[in-house]
Amino acid sequence: MITTTTTKPVNTIQAVNAALDEAMGLDPSVICLGEDIADEEEGGVVGVTKGLSTKYGPARVRTTPISEQAIIGAAIGAAIVGMRPVAEIMLMNFTTVAMDMIVNHAAKLRFMSGGQTHVPLTIRTMTGAGFGTGGQHADYLEAWFAHTAGIKVVAPSSPADAYGLMLSCIFDDDPCLFIENMPTYWNPGPAPAPGVRIPLGKARVLRAGADVTVVSYSRIMNDCVAVADKLAKEGINVELVDLRTVSPLDMDTVLASVARTRRAVVVHEAVKAFGVGAEVAARISESLFGQLQAPVRRLGASYCAVPFSKPLETAFMPTQAEIERTIRSVLN
Amino acid sequence: MSSIPAPAVLVDIYRRMTLIKQNDERFRAVIKAGKIVAPYYSPRGQEVIPAAVSVSLTDADYICTIYRGVHDMLAKGVPMRLLWAEIAGKATGTCKGKGGPMHITHPPSGVMVTTGVVGSSMPIANGLALAAQIRGEKRVAVAYFGDGASNIGAFHESLNMAAVWKLPVVFVCQNNRYGEHTRYEVTTAAKRIADRAAGYQIPGVTVDGNDPLAMYEAAREAVERARGGGGPTLIEALTFRFHGHVFGDMDGYMRKGEKDAAMARDPVPAFRAWLIREGHAGESELAGLESAIEKELDAAVEFALASPHPDLAELRRDVFAEELPA
Repeated sequence: MITTTTTKPVNTIQAVNAALDEAMGLDPSVICLGEDIADEEEGGVVGVTKGLSTKYGPARVRTTPISEQAIIGAAIGAAIVGMRPVAEIMLMNFTTVAMDMIVNHAAKLRFMSGGQTHVPLTIRTMTGAGFGTGGQHADYLEAWFAHTAGIKVVAPSSPADAYGLMLSCIFDDDPCLFIENMPTYWNPGPAPAPGVRIPLGKARVLRAGADVTVVSYSRIMNDCVAVADKLAKEGINVELVDLRTVSPLDMDTVLASVARTRRAVVVHEAVKAFGVGAEVAARISESLFGQLQAPVRRLGASYCAVPFSKPLETAFMPTQAEIERTIRSVLN
Repeated sequence: MSSIPAPAVLVDIYRRMTLIKQNDERFRAVIKAGKIVAPYYSPRGQEVIPAAVSVSLTDADYICTIYRGVHDMLAKGVPMRLLWAEIAGKATGTCKGKGGPMHITHPPSGVMVTTGVVGSSMPIANGLALAAQIRGEKRVAVAYFGDGASNIGAFHESLNMAAVWKLPVVFVCQNNRYGEHTRYEVTTAAKRIADRAAGYQIPGVTVDGNDPLAMYEAAREAVERARGGGGPTLIEALTFRFHGHVFGDMDGYMRKGEKDAAMARDPVPAFRAWLIREGHAGESELAGLESAIEKELDAAVEFALASPHPDLAELRRDVFAEELPA
């Protein structure tokens, strides 16, 4: 895998691997748990943890049974006595099997114990439509977790962000759910600055623009970038806000942007209904109602299971054409 | 059964049993009088189990327990004042009143998690044991749970993982014959919960959980095995709860005479009489111990009732490390 001094482009698999390597090298309390993650099992189904069990030993990098409750439970128990576990739930849909551990325990133990214990746990999970994996392997479920007080939800849009945000999650003193997009794992991007952590709860303005604010995160952020590039050629200046962290939500950055552009579109791959876009749109409207030049628009996936058949799967998610149309609709 | 433990150990078990019995009687009286409003799951009748387990543990050893867990907490050493204040929802409680009776936590005595969800003590106890194993510490984790929890997936996932990794954990099932309102046989395919250990290739033992000597011996062996690197044990401790599922339930689902028969065999006075009869303790020694607990209990109740409620700003604290903005 990469060394942290390379300046060659890296993909998200390499970036997350480098962050895990960096964290494990820095702190012996960092351990990894998950299905197939050790080198004997090829370092994870897509190889994110490759090399780590060989370098740090089988005690700290453990392939687990296919037992999601036991994986998260073990990570919680170790975390409350001072370890910093990184537990992998292979696919985001499989978090459903461990919801009691994540929602009732990881997220709540700090509060319920009055601060006597806390859970410095990172849950890595991958998801995303586009690979034809159908209805139980590709959902974006971040809204469920963002709705639960006590767990942070992190969704990087690039390899470099994945690296810096992963380091911050591991060394954060509260549980973090870290969402990796599966179909874009192999896409290269600029290398991260070695050892540099990206703060949680802070959005990033990817591109400044005066005409309209587009808020997004994770894989589909890149579609928003492509649309913004296209519109720029027509003289339409889109300001792009990458949330990076869904919860805690950085509304300061979003509101500062929309206060300038007075128009906003929120885009995510998750189902639109009851999604993060609704929360962001409501908060924009609450704060800037009188200043908005158009209603805040939301784009998200159709209200159905992720479909298998390619044309359905493609149409299920917001496309670049829809993003473009929606942006134009708030400008008129 | 090996030799009878030393008198100091026997009296220590009795002291912990009495602590549980007296606290439970007072909890029910105070709640009934309306002085504290809280859901309460009485452990009366199950005193022997945590009393006999805890004498083989130190403060450095961990437990995870469940909503019917006040006996496990007291036996492990949670101070009465803090426990009472928490159950009263006061700022002076173990958890500043933010957890309540189903979520007592007290790390100084090793009570790391109390869960309100059936079956959820076990996966977390594995993690406590895993941390000890990785760090090379000689700590042991005990997971307490009921017979109903042996039918939930977390039980099976946890036993399997603990077995595969040889974790220093002891699974203590307090089989009180009812899961909520439903009789054991109606919901449980195994005649003995301990038989399920065989499926995970770990030792499983069924023991009379109301017999302090048998319970002590089974727990001591399991704790020593865990501490010595021998991996997990499943103990099924047979017992019976005297006051239903949740305090206030009228036991209409129980078989006639079943509870009366169990109460007639109340393990606390029975053990007291045995200690004196066999010469392990004197009447005055036990009476002194009982009145000392009663006195401390009076002070704990008074402390809890007189303590202030938490500040409303606590809504924003302990969600994350950083306080949330107002």
